[in-house]
Amino acid sequence: MEKTKVIVGLGSCGVAAGAGKVYEKIRAMQQSENLDFELKKTSCVGMCYREPLVEIIDETGSYLYGEINEERAIEIIDKHINQGSPVRDYIIQSDLFETSDKSFTESQVKIVLRNCGYIDPENIDDYEARQGYRAIKKIAGQRISRYDVIQTILSSGIRGRGGGGFPTGLKWKFANDSKSSEKYIICNADEGDPGAFMDRSVLEGDPHSVIEGMIIAAYAIEGTGGIIYCRAEYPLAIKRLNIALDQARTKGYLGKNILGIDGFSFDVYIKEGAGAFVCGEETALIASVEGERGMPRKRPPFPAASGLWRKPTNINNVETFANIPWIILNGAGEYAKYGTEKSKGTKVFALAGKIKRSGLVEVPMGITIHDIIFKLGGGIQNDRKFKAVQMGGPSGGCIPEYMAETIVDYDSVNATGAIMGSGGMVVMDEDTCMVDVAKFFLDFTQKESCGKCTFCRMGTKRMLEILERIAEGKGQDGDIERLEDLAYEIKDNSLCGLGQTAPNPVLTTIRYFRDEYEAHIRDKKCPAKVCKALLTYEVIADKCTGCTVCAKNCPVNCIDGERKQIHFIRQADCIKCGMCYTKCKFEAIKLS
Amino acid sequence: MRIERITETTGKDVQEEIDLSRLDPLIAKYKGKKGNLIPLLQGTQNMFGYLPYVAFEKISRETGLELSDMYGVATFYAQFRLKPVGKIIIKICHGTACHVQNANTISDSLEESLKIKDGETTEDGLFTLESVACLGCCSLAPVMMVGENTHGKLTGTEAVRIVKNVRMEEVKNSN
Repeated sequence: MEKTKVIVGLGSCGVAAGAGKVYEKIRAMQQSENLDFELKKTSCVGMCYREPLVEIIDETGSYLYGEINEERAIEIIDKHINQGSPVRDYIIQSDLFETSDKSFTESQVKIVLRNCGYIDPENIDDYEARQGYRAIKKIAGQRISRYDVIQTILSSGIRGRGGGGFPTGLKWKFANDSKSSEKYIICNADEGDPGAFMDRSVLEGDPHSVIEGMIIAAYAIEGTGGIIYCRAEYPLAIKRLNIALDQARTKGYLGKNILGIDGFSFDVYIKEGAGAFVCGEETALIASVEGERGMPRKRPPFPAASGLWRKPTNINNVETFANIPWIILNGAGEYAKYGTEKSKGTKVFALAGKIKRSGLVEVPMGITIHDIIFKLGGGIQNDRKFKAVQMGGPSGGCIPEYMAETIVDYDSVNATGAIMGSGGMVVMDEDTCMVDVAKFFLDFTQKESCGKCTFCRMGTKRMLEILERIAEGKGQDGDIERLEDLAYEIKDNSLCGLGQTAPNPVLTTIRYFRDEYEAHIRDKKCPAKVCKALLTYEVIADKCTGCTVCAKNCPVNCIDGERKQIHFIRQADCIKCGMCYTKCKFEAIKLS
Repeated sequence: MRIERITETTGKDVQEEIDLSRLDPLIAKYKGKKGNLIPLLQGTQNMFGYLPYVAFEKISRETGLELSDMYGVATFYAQFRLKPVGKIIIKICHGTACHVQNANTISDSLEESLKIKDGETTEDGLFTLESVACLGCCSLAPVMMVGENTHGKLTGTEAVRIVKNVRMEEVKNSN
């Protein structure tokens, strides 16, 4: 009989929710009570909304416990392990009975996330036990030629998962066509889209799959050096990658004459990014690796011909690399079974925002946005009305509720004006102001513009100024048209993807929510009650107790009223800071 | 575009504490290597918490890197700081998910409670407040990091309470 396993999810989100303490508690209990079970660590299984997660696998089956704190940890160890009776109240998933969380997992197809949440990412044996490094061994064992490897990737139809959607096989082919004794493989792990965390989860949960993908790419294009360009904001991912790289070197998956393939030598090192969104762009990323300011340059020459140190370079995203070993092992046909005509395979999405079940999901291409949000994501928090979903981050756009039947594939999403992007999906409800969202993204891209192209540098700034004045109730007739004019100029006159896509959040919100812009400009109203300058704060006479807290906290002393008398806000002096609203204990301040 | 002007020399109180010899192993490791500029700056910042003016001068002198190139890179990336920071850095996430879950309230509350603005350091040198693009814990939005610890599903009041507790711990430990 196999030993009972207790597995604690220790990804970044789990740790932030308190999983570290839960792990320590269980370990302490195991030691002090001398309990007989194997305590293991894993990373994110995707159910971030239920963190911290503890899974118990015993001879009867598997039980996933959600929202476990220290007290509950004691309870489940005591009841489940010591007394053999699982605690039904906290079980969110089990292979023995149905749970309400079943719809979160049942539509998913896990290729990229095949190991996330199942293995200990710091243990190479766990990865190998789930077919890890089997793909590169297959290539070595069956002497599959590099041309056949490239052909397999081409016919699988996989497209770049970083957002661009360029066919990966074609990229490899171009890099292979460039002849050089030195070639580089770069993994783009500079996940810059604020609101996306797919790459972080893969790197933290299954670093070896990314490394194996890079090794296969190096074999295919005769790569001699590998670099993982990872955000410095992801310390846990960097730590686990370093551990994984050391283990891979020890086992001979990296180094000289890998797996006995004559002349195949390859190693990978990590380059910490220093924080610049533009470095997601290939040529800017290369400049950054070279130690320069991360500014893009003109293409061609493309990196496949002249990239890092002017040598042929192949750059793919984390998720793309994680797909590669699976494709080699299972065949291009098996992969191409999933998806639509032009977008094959699966896509990982990070669900966040006003959604009930935020977390990570992997679905076959072709599923509708509605299904992702309502079937997997469980719908909108507090059962509010679904308004829009933002896809593609600062380069993407907002897709309105009435277009929720749009299917996710590169071309269908592009047709809406948004982009597939790297997979961030931020869900918005009726309390989200679309002008505010557009302003938020413009503020971001305006700061992140590298400054090389005038239209991007100055144009985004001017657009932001217009949006700011609209949000302040100082919008003028013609502002919407001015925004549109500027947007097209910026798109046409910027060198790289950042500038070419920066206006998308504004253009899509104007396209689908023009009435909201008009309400701000003409009626000086913010329908979602977000833009502070357009709100008025008033005292609700029935609820006011005259406690004077609002008057004392008002920074401009515009609230009048004697103690135990109803207070009154002098609107002319009010700066709309919202202090009275937050300080009132009796909910006697209303917003309108 | 981020625009940050370099303060010529920071106050002498700061300069006295800088032991530049700590840079020697770092310089030895990267001297003459291609692409060394960013790792050199990252290493320096890990040592001192920011990039002191005198460190720039020393690295330039000993590696032959141009001061202007170093400044160019240091001001380009969000990671690099040219001013000293507090003992504990509070990073408030302003990613998309946190933004729609009212991250601004967290910033406002902490700015009011600590009496500093974004990017500034408290008078006692304990806390520096920093807005960041995304910490990648979107499912726990709104999120902040106090030192190494991440806190999620915050409200303004909750954030203020957490920071107050950290300050109390610090005061207790220093006594």
